[in-house]
Amino acid sequence: MASPVARLFSKLDGLFAVYKPQGVHWKLVRDSIETNLLKAVNSCPAAPPRSKVHFQLLPSGDCSSSSQLTVTKSSLPALTDHPLVTGPRFHKIRVGVGHRLDAFSSGVLVLGVGNGNTALESLYRSHVTREYTLEGEFGRATDDFTHTGRVIERSTFDHVTNDKLERVLAMIQGANQKALITYSQVDLSTQEAYELAVKGLLRPQDKSPPILTGLRCLSFKPPQFTLEVQCVNETQQFLRKLVHEVGLELRTNAVCTKVRRTRDGPFKMEDALTHHHWTADDIIPAIANFRRTTRKIRKNDIYRQVKQSDSTTQTQDQPRTSTCQLESVSQEKAGSLNPSSETSADSRQF
Amino acid sequence: MYVCGRCVRYVQSRLLCIKAQHVQTSLPTALLHHSLSQSCRDKWTSYWIRSFSDERTESALSHTASRITEHGLVPVKNSELHQVSSAPPPAPAEQTSIDLDALSCPSPFEEISDEDAIQIFVPPDLPPTTFTLRDYVDKSETLTNLVHLGVNLSKLEERPNVGSMLVRLDFQKDVAPRLLFLKDLGVQDFQLGPMLTKNPFLLTESLENLQARVSYLKSKKFSPESVAVMVSKAPYLLNFSVKRLDNRLGFFQQQLGLSAHKTRDVVSRLPRLLCGSLEPAKENLRVCELEFGFRRNEIQHIVTVVPKVLTANKRKLTQIFDFVHNTMGVPHSLITKFPQVLNAKFLRIRERHLFLEYLGRAHYDPTHPNYISLERLVALPDETFCSEVALASLDDFERFQKTL
Repeated sequence: MASPVARLFSKLDGLFAVYKPQGVHWKLVRDSIETNLLKAVNSCPAAPPRSKVHFQLLPSGDCSSSSQLTVTKSSLPALTDHPLVTGPRFHKIRVGVGHRLDAFSSGVLVLGVGNGNTALESLYRSHVTREYTLEGEFGRATDDFTHTGRVIERSTFDHVTNDKLERVLAMIQGANQKALITYSQVDLSTQEAYELAVKGLLRPQDKSPPILTGLRCLSFKPPQFTLEVQCVNETQQFLRKLVHEVGLELRTNAVCTKVRRTRDGPFKMEDALTHHHWTADDIIPAIANFRRTTRKIRKNDIYRQVKQSDSTTQTQDQPRTSTCQLESVSQEKAGSLNPSSETSADSRQF
Repeated sequence: MYVCGRCVRYVQSRLLCIKAQHVQTSLPTALLHHSLSQSCRDKWTSYWIRSFSDERTESALSHTASRITEHGLVPVKNSELHQVSSAPPPAPAEQTSIDLDALSCPSPFEEISDEDAIQIFVPPDLPPTTFTLRDYVDKSETLTNLVHLGVNLSKLEERPNVGSMLVRLDFQKDVAPRLLFLKDLGVQDFQLGPMLTKNPFLLTESLENLQARVSYLKSKKFSPESVAVMVSKAPYLLNFSVKRLDNRLGFFQQQLGLSAHKTRDVVSRLPRLLCGSLEPAKENLRVCELEFGFRRNEIQHIVTVVPKVLTANKRKLTQIFDFVHNTMGVPHSLITKFPQVLNAKFLRIRERHLFLEYLGRAHYDPTHPNYISLERLVALPDETFCSEVALASLDDFERFQKTL
């Protein structure tokens, strides 16, 4: 029977999402979650301390013969294993961060615990789309494209209408669509490419500049406006620059007041944990909740499938088809075997 | 942490002293009647332990330590350190003149009776150098008792020189009087462990010094209870000389411009002020005065209510004040009234304010009908805040947090 710590470690193995508040660095999020998990793991009951046997000579009274010497045996728990002497048993839990969010932006941040860190790599390689909500304000431009930066330009925005904004957004999206086709590395004149494009599954195959796959205006109340963006391979700075460029295209200036990620691949905002829930008690159910997703991410990793000599287009298809149930079951078995050995190795190491 | 070989030898010697004394008192008759083969005795006594058993008659316990360190030239071989504890008082002439090289080893096939076997004392194999106190805990009386008190040795051994210092301490002579002193002061039992974990150097401070500092504090009209609380809250307090303590108390009274009574109140509530650096406190006062624009009497009020403002991070303080004053529109007078705001978490204030604003309840003006005091905004836990102040469910609050 596994010890309670080993059982806990097997539960702490996978991906989950948190909601990062604005103004907090992602490293701080990662560190606080690691501390909370360590607290839970270290509070698990430890193995009982080894006992140490003491032999003590008892005075045998007035009797002078040495055969009367008696030795008493007493066994006491050894202080060497006292928790105050050994200190906490675990000092480190592997917690990895998926696609980063800088301090200015908020939203869904994917974290991997333990063996889940390998799935993070698969997630990175699968080039999933992420969804953002950008809030902007017309009328000024700053050096870092945010509303808190140093103002470098002011302009009027009375001439901006919703129509004009839509037109500019459509233009930007068109340019990005073209880039997407170039980077997805499919022959445009084939049936394959047609089917992918119809399903909307064209993705950049390897490294590419940031590409917007969707862009629309949610609300327009000058000077404020809100955009919804789906994109691949982006950074938050790129999105803020996008707002700035939208402003320039409209013959005015715009700054970004909020960058908020509402979806990161399969991780939606509804399942993300707010910062009151960054404790082991809430993280464990979240990891269990995302176990199926994690398995899928691992399975659809392109690099692993290349080894199995599948064509890349099929790998694109597979995530959406449910025909590979059997494979997922076998994956599950392999997955359930691996973590236990991993955790036992970990616990031995500490 | 690094414990030198000399300390280890000290621990070992102390163990042997205790052992030998015990046997001597408990088995006087057996000692006389029982004699071992000469060769055996030669072997045991020729090592440095001999120096102890030879001089046992005249040397007191404290003497032995120094003697043994003098004899430290003799090589210590742990594997061969088997001392027969029942060795009779040796015949002085032949024993002391034994040449160290001329060792006659007993044959491995030599028969030893059960009684002999029992009385062979195997000294613990203490490593000469080590990086952790774990090896010595079971052997050293001081360390054992400290662990029982609740001192976290794993934290102490990370600090430089503390491990060696603890190993060298003698429980009866060094540790016990200071513990009794602290207990007489009024420090609770359960506080002793955490205190010594924070400041192990209390155990090396001389008793007169400790006494002088406590009497200084009492002369400044701190009540005995408050002195006990201060010492347990800020363990380094008693390591400061009287002059330094006086300087620091004077600094705070002068900087804050408070009466003696109020200064005493502030200091006894946050004794950390006296131990830490004075520069940040000075800086925070400047920040309050120049950046925030509080008047002098307002600062005095804030500090007397929340002394922690003086030790808070300057940047965090500025961030909170900026948000409360500029975004929430709360005037200085109200912040002075509820200075707990400056001690709260920025994230908490921000998300609660934005939630209230979203609900249309963000009224911080006392004359407004649905007035929400800053204290209620900050101090209440989330559930109470949602049900009483925001009049919304906790789920709604969490959903709102995800839109920020």
